[in-house]
Amino acid sequence: TQRAPTKYGGVYTVTLIPGDGVGSEITDSVKEIFEYVNAPIEWEQYNVSGVSSAGQDLFKLAMESLQRNRVGLKGILFTPISQSGHISWNVAMRQQLDIYASVVLCKSLPGYPTRHKDVDFVIVRENTEGEYSGLEHQSYPGVVESLKVMTRAKAERISRFAFDFALKNGRKKVTCIHKANIMKLGDGLFLNTFRQVAENYKSLGIVANDMIVDNTSMQLVAKPGQFDVMVMPNLYGAIISNIGAALVGGPGVVPGCNVGSDYALFEPGCRHVASDIMGTNRANPTAMILSATMMLRHLGLDLIANNIASATFDVINAGEVRTADMGGSATTSEFTQAIIKKL
Amino acid sequence: MSPVPSPVPIEWEEVSVTPVLKGGKTVIPDAAISSIKRNTVALKGPLATPIGKGHVSLNLTLRRTFNLFANVRPCASIKGYKTPYDDVNTVLIRENTEGEYSGIEHEIVDGVVQSIKLITWDASERVARYAFHYAQASGRKRVTAVHKANIMKMSDGMFLSACRQVSKEFPDVAYDEDLLDRVCLQVVQNPLPFSNRVMVMPNLYGDILSDMCAGLIGGLGLTPSGNIGRDASIFEAVHGSAPDIAGKGLANPTALLLSSLMMLRHMHLNEHAAKIEKATLDTIAEGKSITGDLGGKATTKEYTTAIINRLGRTT
Ligand SMILES: Nc1ncnc2c1ncn2[C@@H]1O[C@H](COP(=O)(O)OP(=O)(O)OP(=O)(O)O)[C@@H](O)[C@H]1O
Ligand SMILES: Nc1ncnc2c1ncn2[C@@H]1O[C@H](COP(=O)(O)OP(=O)(O)OP(=O)(O)O)[C@@H](O)[C@H]1O
Ligand SMILES: [Mg+2]
Ligand SMILES: [Mg+2]
Repeated sequence: TQRAPTKYGGVYTVTLIPGDGVGSEITDSVKEIFEYVNAPIEWEQYNVSGVSSAGQDLFKLAMESLQRNRVGLKGILFTPISQSGHISWNVAMRQQLDIYASVVLCKSLPGYPTRHKDVDFVIVRENTEGEYSGLEHQSYPGVVESLKVMTRAKAERISRFAFDFALKNGRKKVTCIHKANIMKLGDGLFLNTFRQVAENYKSLGIVANDMIVDNTSMQLVAKPGQFDVMVMPNLYGAIISNIGAALVGGPGVVPGCNVGSDYALFEPGCRHVASDIMGTNRANPTAMILSATMMLRHLGLDLIANNIASATFDVINAGEVRTADMGGSATTSEFTQAIIKKL
Repeated sequence: MSPVPSPVPIEWEEVSVTPVLKGGKTVIPDAAISSIKRNTVALKGPLATPIGKGHVSLNLTLRRTFNLFANVRPCASIKGYKTPYDDVNTVLIRENTEGEYSGIEHEIVDGVVQSIKLITWDASERVARYAFHYAQASGRKRVTAVHKANIMKMSDGMFLSACRQVSKEFPDVAYDEDLLDRVCLQVVQNPLPFSNRVMVMPNLYGDILSDMCAGLIGGLGLTPSGNIGRDASIFEAVHGSAPDIAGKGLANPTALLLSSLMMLRHMHLNEHAAKIEKATLDTIAEGKSITGDLGGKATTKEYTTAIINRLGRTT
């Protein structure tokens, strides 16, 4: 049995981790909007930073908070490239909480034309294994092996998740993205398991097909309209979600979440720190706001969620107040105020 | 200037790469192998690998036989073939021998599989060195190493260290590093800033990114490639054997033609390459004699003749 999210007197306690880069600016937008609509959310905020390993203790506290509250909203934590630096805490969170399914929504925004029209697909990405296993060793000087671990159990649950998602959201097709022609065992296991799961959903009217990841990347930038729900191992998710974001307007507009059986953590779908524009009040908070509305729906607060989402879409559609990444000149705060005005 | 163009100083030695059975195995004929060994440069058409158990990809066989360690894949927008992107001009160099393609995989227990991505210093270094050479020779004075070393700290980390070390030998070429995710995002958002550099990366990333770039300019019918090796270099179109249109005289030869121009440049026949390239691109831009895949009505032959006619013209 699942434990429900923490709720006292109709108010949910939610862990908030603004993250590095533009994180605090875009979560401030969410906080302001939530305050304005009196959303029944109490934040438990942890200003964890991955910029140095000194953040470790706070990271642990944030994890405990997430374990208590079951629901969180987060920005992206910086991960050092260097080998002496700490491992990705973003990945650590997803693994430790077993929030195995990353869901990223790539949908064209009305009133904001990009190179491609009518993009509308969902990326379901396995979040806890594959290339992100973190198992690496130098077997001989100058020879490094990095293990990609794939399991039937995890391939099965992510495939099920994708089909269930399709069913619940009125979607028609699930495409498995893989490289089973090269990684015959690893991706082969993923693909075969997907096909078995697909059998159970045939009678429910969900079509299943599959596509090799390089071809997918080519098809996405040429004919993105052919995709509906896509399910894939971890690394391909990183690639596809970035291509997807680029198709509809960039990392500032694509929302996402990570869900498992016990926890749900909402974060922008295209995971970037954006340190280049940090502290300049220029970040687009749309991705974070829409992620927050996904969180509200998760908590059953659909009315407030829809209200905030439509206000956000309305502002973008009107085209007068937009942030720099969308070709406008509004600041993060001005954009946020414009949304509040519509509420 | 003579009105008659001078022929390209190439003598073809034509051999068949169609697989033959040898001792119960499908292999590439010996004649083809020894010809490539002798000449060290080859232009190759598509080679379909029979599907089924026990068949190693024949392209992989060629790669192994000749140590083809670097795969060069340029993608440039072609005037006259409209796509949503009209300012693509990318060059991507992919490590071609290891990484996720090591083929080392095993099932540890039922339902648990390990695939090993193998990164070696030597392979990383030689592909990096080739990337810098290419950058120098092509006038794109910047090399960007594409990686995922925030997650794969040791393997991609070593790839980066090798690139960094090699970069010191090329003080006139700028060097930087970028995360795979960010490169995907930025190329698709706006490919223009990538026209001043050469990207170099491990095998799988190169596979995916190069197809993505091909998608920007209209697909595999237009993209050339070169496999650069220690013992030989083989140039080929990226597309496969297109069995659906084979034998009908309808295929677009542009990808193979552009590959052959890469070959000429590899052999320092730059002037010849430039002339043919111009004639080809002009023919496509004019749009009168282009093949079906580009929206035209011309046969392979008519398109070829149109290019040749242009080459005869003095300008
Ligand atoms: N919310 C956002 N609004 C506007 N632009 C964004 C947003 N998030 C990311 N971007 C942009 O997307 C690009 C990629 O982000 P990324 O975090 O990878 O860049 P970065 O800050 O330079 O990276 P890093 O912090 O890893 O060095 C950047 O140009 C960044 O400004
Ligand atoms: N040179 C070309 N001119 C026109 N169309 C092409 C060309 N090359 C490929 N195509 C088209 O692109 C599609 C994919 O072709 P491709 O040969 O790469 O894949 P394939 O049919 O699986 O063959 P193979 O198994 O040999 O790779 C085909 O339907 C073909 O019509
Ligand atoms: Mg980043
Ligand atoms: Mg490929």
